[in-house]
Amino acid sequence: MELAAKHFKASAAKALVDVQLQKALGNVEKGFIGKRQKAADALPEFDALRDNARDIKNHVLAHLDLYLEEYERNVIASGGTVHWAETAEDARRIVLDICQKAGARTVTKGKSMITEEIALNDHLSANGIEPVETDLGEYIIQLRGEYPSHIIAPAVHLNKEQVEGDFRRVHTHLPEGRDLSEPVALLGEARDVLRQRYFAADVGITGANFLIAETGTSVIVTNEGNGDLTQTLGKVHVVVASIEKIVPTLEDTSQILRVLARSATGQDMSVYTTFSTGPKRTEDPDGPDQYHVVLLDNGRSAMLGTEYQDMLRCIRCGACMNHCPVYHAVGGHAYGSVYPGPMGAVLTPSLNGIEETGQLPNASTFCGRCEAVCPMRIPLPKMMRHWREREFERNLTPLTARYGLKFWAFFAKRPKLYRLAVSFGVPLLSLFGGSSRRFHSLPFARGWTRHRDLPAPEGRTFLQAWAQREALKQEPGQ
Amino acid sequence: MTSSENMAARQPRVGLFATCLVDLFRPSVGFASAKLLQDAGCEVHVPVAQTCCGQPAYNTGDRADTREIAEQVIEAFEGFDFVVAPSGSCASMLKKHYPGLFAGDAAWEERAERFSQKCHELISFLTDVMMVRDTGASLDAKITYHDSCSGLRELGIKEQPRKLLAKVSGLELQEMKDSDVCCGFGGTFCIKYSDISNAIVTKKVGNIDASGADMLLAGDVGCLMNMAGKLKRQGSSVEVRHIAEVLAGMTSQPPIAGSGK
Repeated sequence: MELAAKHFKASAAKALVDVQLQKALGNVEKGFIGKRQKAADALPEFDALRDNARDIKNHVLAHLDLYLEEYERNVIASGGTVHWAETAEDARRIVLDICQKAGARTVTKGKSMITEEIALNDHLSANGIEPVETDLGEYIIQLRGEYPSHIIAPAVHLNKEQVEGDFRRVHTHLPEGRDLSEPVALLGEARDVLRQRYFAADVGITGANFLIAETGTSVIVTNEGNGDLTQTLGKVHVVVASIEKIVPTLEDTSQILRVLARSATGQDMSVYTTFSTGPKRTEDPDGPDQYHVVLLDNGRSAMLGTEYQDMLRCIRCGACMNHCPVYHAVGGHAYGSVYPGPMGAVLTPSLNGIEETGQLPNASTFCGRCEAVCPMRIPLPKMMRHWREREFERNLTPLTARYGLKFWAFFAKRPKLYRLAVSFGVPLLSLFGGSSRRFHSLPFARGWTRHRDLPAPEGRTFLQAWAQREALKQEPGQ
Repeated sequence: MTSSENMAARQPRVGLFATCLVDLFRPSVGFASAKLLQDAGCEVHVPVAQTCCGQPAYNTGDRADTREIAEQVIEAFEGFDFVVAPSGSCASMLKKHYPGLFAGDAAWEERAERFSQKCHELISFLTDVMMVRDTGASLDAKITYHDSCSGLRELGIKEQPRKLLAKVSGLELQEMKDSDVCCGFGGTFCIKYSDISNAIVTKKVGNIDASGADMLLAGDVGCLMNMAGKLKRQGSSVEVRHIAEVLAGMTSQPPIAGSGK
């Protein structure tokens, strides 16, 4: 997808009046928040596990080079191949090359945000290879030519009626009378169609939730089993994963798995957790003949040692956006980037630069709910603020905000002058408020009064009134 | 005499950090805060060198101005035993965010760290430090309480206001749905992203109305002005007040929004 983060305000305005979208967004609040809370409450050690998960990733990030090399050695030892991709372009070229060498005409894909990040589908299509998304949500948005609006629920912006319409449009084999009104019928229909695609595909591409250094294993978690079919039925399995997915051991993996699904969907574990180590061995009944891992950097190593390093702990559970009031209001597409919500507001500027993406870290009330639910305890609001600081340093902050702030700061830093200004200004404003004691519209506060009244000041400032009261107390006989 | 004996022997001296919004828009909250602190046995001072805690600059990424403002606040208030603000957001700025502004400047960092130890949000200061259990207020009202984000998530203020409200005779607490969800204020956010802020506060106001309460309380004037402004625009009769006004029994001033229209 093309980065459209600079259009955030316009996209958000459209999203706010999109009736279908607003209806679908209600499901985010209803579907995720209560379930996560219940899962967290049911596990007494949940918060301790979050600490462990954070510490594991911090350790990895401090020694990332060593663990990546250990991982590579163990992939090779199990018969697989590791490809290092510094940029998205490198990764696209490597994957295409593998597919072409395998003589692939179609590839199946498990759900993978990394392949969204590198826009792999477009690249494969442009080179005559048809990518087929097999996760139901991904499949639906592929039919619609859209991109995911949520990192674990890519089609959460849609209602089932819209999906039924898409299926009837594309699945031309469907008899008219076929009932698709229930989600389970839609699932059955997608399954029927996809089953044939699995058998026909030459290459299966998946992402990875974890890459385990001690064994050279890649791990995916899914709820539909589509990932398993994708990676075992094709002749070639390609894993595309970013470098921070590394964890040292199987034990570490299981620690983090215990917070992942609980934070994401409120499940104890996802339905499928699949470990893949190398290609099919001679004694294996099935599996791919080739096993490739494409390790993508794409700006991540540059985050190490910076104030954004903590972001590399992210395990893509989606809890931050599930709990974000801004995401609830506008949905994922408004962000105009692959990664929406609070994690995207930090990661997108890290990957794409702050010049085009400044809107994202600014569009937050800093309510802190994202950080409060993050299983990896990533200080998201703090990092969004750091992006605002980078913006401010480089004079990228919009001029009105900048001048407004400087004007205010001039007074805020000079208490005597400030007192003088407000001791005249505030009573005057109070007077203008009239008997209703409020403003329906104020020229210099339109952002406020467009949607709400501004309560008028009571009268004098507190400090004026207090000083007068204290003075009266001092005078005997008063 | 050690300093703690010294403190026990006399009233603790509290610097009241009124916050800019209370100072400019809602002085009654300042007077109510002072009364609550005095009733709890504190000697209250209001230094004139206060303007704002610096959050508008801090959250716009302007570190230099934020730091200058922080230095000014620390200088004006560090001499008190405690610094108390009737706002979770501003108290958290002083307590949790000031020290980080001085990273790399050991002398100031230590000074800010020492200062931050003294800083408290009003209601939690009353319950957790001054051990106030009952403010002796009474009010016939069915209220609902909004948990402001910074107080709730940065300072852990959740039960303290409810404990004190439970002791107000005649008062009934009617919890709203999602009382811990942001009201959409967010400081400059509500101006910069006016439409999104509106969507968030519209949802919040819906929950306030649905609670059946006839009065909304919270501990932050920013959030209160946002919710009050929306309630008023929608023609709601729900009264809006800062919790300190009710706990201090000082509700003679017309509410921020509500019946006085």
